[in-house]
Amino acid sequence: MTEIQQHPHHIKLSEESLQKQTTTLNLGPTHPATHGVFQNIMEIDGERVLETVPTVGYIHRAFEKIAERRPYYQITPLTDRLNYCSAPINNMGWHMTIEKLLGIKTPKRVDYLRIIIMELSRIADHLVCNSVVAVDTGALTGFTYVFQYREKIYEIFEEVCGSRLTTNIGRVGGFERNFSAASFSKLHGFMETFPKAMKEFESLLNRNRIFMDRCIGAGPINAERALNYGFTGPNLRAAGVDYDVRVAQPYCSYDEFDFKVPVGTTGDVYDRYMVRNDEIWESMSIIAQAINKLDALEKEFPEQKEVFYAPEADHFHLPPKEDVYTKMEALIFHFKMIMGEIDAPAGEVYHSVEGGNGELGFYLISDGGRTPYRLHFRRPCFIYYQAYPEIVKDGLLSDAIITLSSLNVIAGELDA
Amino acid sequence: MALTNETIQKRLTDKFGDQLTEWESPFGLLTFRAPAASSLKVLQFLYDDSELRFRFMTDLTGVHYPDRKDEELSVVYHLHNLIDNIRLRIKVYVPIEKPDVFSATQLFSTANWMERETFDFFGINFVGHPNLIRILNVEEMDYFPMRKEYPMEDPTRRDKDDEMFGR
Amino acid sequence: MSRPVQYNTKVKMVEMPEGYSGEGFYSTSFDKVVGLARANSLWPLPFATSCCGIEFMATMGSNYDLGRFGAERMGFTPRQCDMLLVAGTIAKKMAPILRQVYLQMAEPRWVIAIGACASSGGIFDSYSVLQGIDQVIPVDVYVPGCPPRPEGILDGILKLQDLVHNESLRRRNSDQYKALMESYSIQ
Repeated sequence: MTEIQQHPHHIKLSEESLQKQTTTLNLGPTHPATHGVFQNIMEIDGERVLETVPTVGYIHRAFEKIAERRPYYQITPLTDRLNYCSAPINNMGWHMTIEKLLGIKTPKRVDYLRIIIMELSRIADHLVCNSVVAVDTGALTGFTYVFQYREKIYEIFEEVCGSRLTTNIGRVGGFERNFSAASFSKLHGFMETFPKAMKEFESLLNRNRIFMDRCIGAGPINAERALNYGFTGPNLRAAGVDYDVRVAQPYCSYDEFDFKVPVGTTGDVYDRYMVRNDEIWESMSIIAQAINKLDALEKEFPEQKEVFYAPEADHFHLPPKEDVYTKMEALIFHFKMIMGEIDAPAGEVYHSVEGGNGELGFYLISDGGRTPYRLHFRRPCFIYYQAYPEIVKDGLLSDAIITLSSLNVIAGELDA
Repeated sequence: MALTNETIQKRLTDKFGDQLTEWESPFGLLTFRAPAASSLKVLQFLYDDSELRFRFMTDLTGVHYPDRKDEELSVVYHLHNLIDNIRLRIKVYVPIEKPDVFSATQLFSTANWMERETFDFFGINFVGHPNLIRILNVEEMDYFPMRKEYPMEDPTRRDKDDEMFGR
Repeated sequence: MSRPVQYNTKVKMVEMPEGYSGEGFYSTSFDKVVGLARANSLWPLPFATSCCGIEFMATMGSNYDLGRFGAERMGFTPRQCDMLLVAGTIAKKMAPILRQVYLQMAEPRWVIAIGACASSGGIFDSYSVLQGIDQVIPVDVYVPGCPPRPEGILDGILKLQDLVHNESLRRRNSDQYKALMESYSIQ
């Protein structure tokens, strides 16, 4: 194994290393099992991992520095690229942060539509993670089945905002346009066909003896260490702590929805897989409830059907094109918005949403200008990846590999 | 008795008195400032106290204020009490010539990488950190990029013209 | 419940190169055959760093199947692959590793830069991002987009197939190619 970038002062070698009974393995940044670019320099003794030193930063794109130079709307594409498997959640979280700063309250219809999009992206994220855990144990079929349904989710995103993966979806206060009839029909189609495919995927893996033997007991972490390491999201819930930002600090009308928070016991790979699996089912139930609530709302107040953004956020929405071409104020408004000349009030706000991997927080300090003074992303992947050496210590090398993929470390969110 | 911002403030002022200043609650999140010398004591008290129980560190980051003299660099801690569901923000200010802050790694293992990131970006020296080296940038970098005096772009770039881009 | 078997009868075959055929033999020029063989069995090395990597995974999936163009086997080791697909942002920390992976590939080798970040740095005009991988390795095809649609990635691969099909066998020994390698300090 070629050892690239050996920096001896980074590795604290264990005592036997002077006689070198152990092997130094560079699980390098380019490796099929590391889904993303991060490096682990491992000291292994046969198959047993003695210690590992992770190195990150191979895709550091300086988001926080870029964010200080960009007006508020131009930061939304940056947030897309944090956890790119579930980009809409990041976008919505950022817009909610700005709404908190400005004191805008979104109408109910906007909240329900946002919840539908966020839960769809959560399903997409968990599907990737679970199928990739299966791929790393050798079961490649589930991956190909599941990607077919991610394409259906992408089609729904495309109907709403035009883009598949890095969506840049929504505006401050709502959405850029109302959901079309095609998007609702695609959503209904997805809700009808997906449960069957999910059951098929489950029947492949959940009670599969080989998968269970491989995953149970691999990479466990107990609840106390997980909390001390700042775990959030499915990894923490697999360890037994039922902390979910949607329940603790309900945002976007999540308190009106009835859903369970799945919790594991030992925090090993199988628990994480099952927690994510159950969360997919819970997300499906939330989407079904949201669709029912939307129908009930539109039946009661038929004029709500046209609402897709908050009226107080008028100065963040592009005026309709007929006005832009005929009225002077609309033209100036349009220009100011696109060029980012809308100022935000001074203030300091921290807002967090439940991302695919845990509590994704946005700490925004605004000094009253058109760009933030300081924007910090509280990225769950960065925080829980530092526990990796402790989790895989004294385990087998193959367990270390599947632990890595079951932690769902997304490189974009790791480095930002 | 439920824990509210007022009870937290009262308990902290009972213990630390005038050391904690600049109490405010922007958007409902209790924020205060602690001196750099006693930041770890405050965190330890918040952790150990049976009523306050702030045992989860949500976030640790830095901010650079070039205009404040002797207080240019700031470390901001976000803590969370998971049992009573209350959040807290603590700010610590240090001068840029000697930016020393005690490391919280002993208390919260999560602070390890967060402090390395803050060091990488701002140059704040966390006293007592087990391995304070750069984490996200290349090791050979000799400046702290998030400080306000440094540009966003690569300064050695030749093909992008400053005049054309209005800088 | 088993699914009924469906046979795909609409398979498109590549055309035979022009040549002279007779009873039991077919003669054509060597580089045409080599070009044909190389173009339709390019083995890719996915070098996926970020979001474009997920779109690449979608391209490999069954909806936009990359396998039908001959790229069925994804090798993850550079020694066995001929096509390096760089998908995603390359940071300056990653650049030496990319170069090393490129150097480990055997000739003939081609590079596709997928996405805006790999082509030119993309939206990340910051101090830590390499503004285009052509600063460190020579690139054959650039696929723009952020991320490019899977159809775009397929289009890029098809253009590369054209390039490979029509490449002369003497290209790698020519002076122009040597000068290109010199400019990147690759021996």
